[in-house]
Amino acid sequence: MSTSRRNVASFVKDTHIRRLLTLMILWMIFMAIFRFDKFYTFLNFQTMAAQFPEFGLMALGVMLCMISGGIDLSVVGVANFTSIACGELLKILAERSGELTGGGILLIMLLGVLIGAFAGIFNGLLVSKIKIPPILATLGSYELFRGIAIIITEGKAVANLPIKYAETIAGKLFGIIPIQLVFFVVVVIILSFLLNRTTYGTKLYMLGTNKTASEFSGHNTDTVLIQTYMLSGICAALGGLIMLANYNSARADYGTVYTLQCVLIAVLGGTSPTGGKGRISGTVLAICVLQMISAGLNRFPQISSFYIPLFWGGALLLVMVWNTITVNGKSGGGFIRNFLAQLNIKTGSGK
Amino acid sequence: MLKDNILKVVDIKKSFAGVQALKGVSMEIKAGEVHCLAGENGSGKSTLIKIISGVYTPDSGEIHFGDKVYERLTPIESIRNGVQVIYQDFSIFPNLSVMENLAFNQELANKRRLVNRKRMRQIAEEAVAKINFDIDLDAKVGSLSVANKQLVAICRALMFDAKLIIMDEPTTALTRKEVDALFRIILDLKKQGIATLFVSHKLDEVFEISERFTILRSGEKVITGDTSELDNKKFTYYMTGREFEEEPFVPKNVSEEPVLTVENLGMNGFFKDISFSLHKGEILGITGLLGSGRTELALALFGLQQADTGTITIEGKPVKLNTPQDAIKNGIGYVPEDRLTEGLHLPLSIGENTIAAELDKLSNKLGVFDEEKKKQEINRWVKELAIATPDPNNACSTLSGGNQQRVVLAKWLARDLKVLILNGPTVGVDIGSKYDIHQILRGLAEQGLGIIIISDDIPEIITNCSRIMIMKNGRISAELSAEEADEQTLTRYMM
Repeated sequence: MSTSRRNVASFVKDTHIRRLLTLMILWMIFMAIFRFDKFYTFLNFQTMAAQFPEFGLMALGVMLCMISGGIDLSVVGVANFTSIACGELLKILAERSGELTGGGILLIMLLGVLIGAFAGIFNGLLVSKIKIPPILATLGSYELFRGIAIIITEGKAVANLPIKYAETIAGKLFGIIPIQLVFFVVVVIILSFLLNRTTYGTKLYMLGTNKTASEFSGHNTDTVLIQTYMLSGICAALGGLIMLANYNSARADYGTVYTLQCVLIAVLGGTSPTGGKGRISGTVLAICVLQMISAGLNRFPQISSFYIPLFWGGALLLVMVWNTITVNGKSGGGFIRNFLAQLNIKTGSGK
Repeated sequence: MLKDNILKVVDIKKSFAGVQALKGVSMEIKAGEVHCLAGENGSGKSTLIKIISGVYTPDSGEIHFGDKVYERLTPIESIRNGVQVIYQDFSIFPNLSVMENLAFNQELANKRRLVNRKRMRQIAEEAVAKINFDIDLDAKVGSLSVANKQLVAICRALMFDAKLIIMDEPTTALTRKEVDALFRIILDLKKQGIATLFVSHKLDEVFEISERFTILRSGEKVITGDTSELDNKKFTYYMTGREFEEEPFVPKNVSEEPVLTVENLGMNGFFKDISFSLHKGEILGITGLLGSGRTELALALFGLQQADTGTITIEGKPVKLNTPQDAIKNGIGYVPEDRLTEGLHLPLSIGENTIAAELDKLSNKLGVFDEEKKKQEINRWVKELAIATPDPNNACSTLSGGNQQRVVLAKWLARDLKVLILNGPTVGVDIGSKYDIHQILRGLAEQGLGIIIISDDIPEIITNCSRIMIMKNGRISAELSAEEADEQTLTRYMM
């Protein structure tokens, strides 16, 4: 499996991947017919490459947790909490030294990653040691992080940040490649390596397929779970740091649609909600497809952005139904129910 | 005494996606007989049953019920002709009470829409009375033991004027006592003129209960005959087409010093005062009824549960086994009772499953795999244990039961173990693979491994173990050498 996971032939054979490729090509043809000159520009692709890393990073974390058989619904909370904390610190740093240095930015990022790691470890402890079902544990911690963020900011946006930070993180490498994309690519490479070449990856897939058998093979499953949620927390924190740069501000309720979008990406990319299955390549492809669709929709002024949650929610359910019929066979029914239940919780608490 | 056939199938053929599951099978069942249908996994037993019960339509052939002839049969027609199948999962509603489970079908058949509890109780009482089954009708079926669930299913089957009851491997999850009770019921049904088609691959059961037998192999009928003409060797030969001669195991290289010593081990509510020692080169058998504490003892030796009292010593050093990691570090491996839910990661590759317990040995300190070493290790074990697969990258779920069990074995052999504990090493494994697995275990003992086999399968224990420990109510009730052991003695100490 570890060799076949990297195998190009099996990549194209994978039903999820084939479906995504088909969807992508159809959408590209659609855009070519109706908005060719507005969609197929260098600038548009550059903009898309700068936009998707913030939620793409979060989706990678969600994917990891889903491979373990769980889920991380707290990613947006972690991201906003991180960006608020780092935003406040940026202001302090800038006031003290007047000018923000490269070293200062690095320090801020390091802090952000640490916050993400701790938030993730917190989730991991809830899931592994206390044995709270991941949906509940991370939904609870999402509200917790959001709540802390609201209290810190009194519900207002953290603004008036030193412009140097946004200029650096939302800048362009060689004037062409968005720095956000560089972050994303580096994380993708690291995670691919972790999943395919290390004992951690193998243990994660094993844990996801059969936890008891992992324990009987002497794996410390608690450690694997904590590591997984920690990685997810770090990914989310990086997403938050990028959001901070993209909006040049931070707020407790930025990016709330991303939670569902991340789950949608993971499932579209072939990650199994029951665990044990999922690959980076599928997830990355799903991220690209979703970004293209949302960027494409923006080219139609008559379609309001109010429709986006409806699109994503509908798409998630459709994919699950499709999976049940084509891929998962008979075992899928229960997960549709699970996901419906999740959606209810989400819409209920979003108010 | 000549009896009429109640069921006759003639030249049944059936294929699935190009694979011929049945290649022209004929058989007949007489009124009131107990007929055993035996065969290895994949021999076509289940397909044949599903054709008789109308679930599958045969490609060709005929099904006769008395003088009625069918070329295709629906499940309803099958039931009307008196066929009832009791599947392994019993198809009952666990969240409903015994009474509701028993009365529902009849209520539905009579198109009653309103619930009348009094009438339902009466129906249920009549149903259980048929086999003198003493049960609380208000108990939830989900809370019953496997044996009682099965009896509920049998009661329900009898409500439809059954002439033939088909039981698909009914004894798999039963204890010996429960099997005896089931057999009494089958004999009782026989007296009432109801025939039983008993599907099994357990030899002793075939001998004990059936008058006639039919053996299938690879979709063909090998033989039908009277059980009285059958013996152990013939049975195995018909089933597998191979001949096996299993000599009793005689240990050759038994070490002077014990590799594992257990003293006064106890776990509240499960076992007490367990003391024994295991030498290298020995195969120690532990047997006992379900609930005798044998499984808990094994779990305690592997660190999955903690003993409250007593000591465990490995090669003279006292050890604390709080987690499986501790046990593995001390050279103990454990092949669990249920390989599907506890032993394997079925969707993952065969290769990954073989190295599951030694991941840390195939990687550097940071946990990065040495890919070359990993590949070599996988190939080595696939070859050494003759795991039948074209490619170790295939999912483990593609393997047969016997081969899957080899993968679980490989997982442990890949580590340098001192003690290997096997809980039911050949449950659900066909005879051929069972023999091979026994040979592997004997070879390992000769190479100096200390082996503990925990098993229900008394012949397996007697032929393969050099010493046998019998557990009863959480204590050791006897320890015998292989020469002193025979089935009667063992059963006596177990009960």
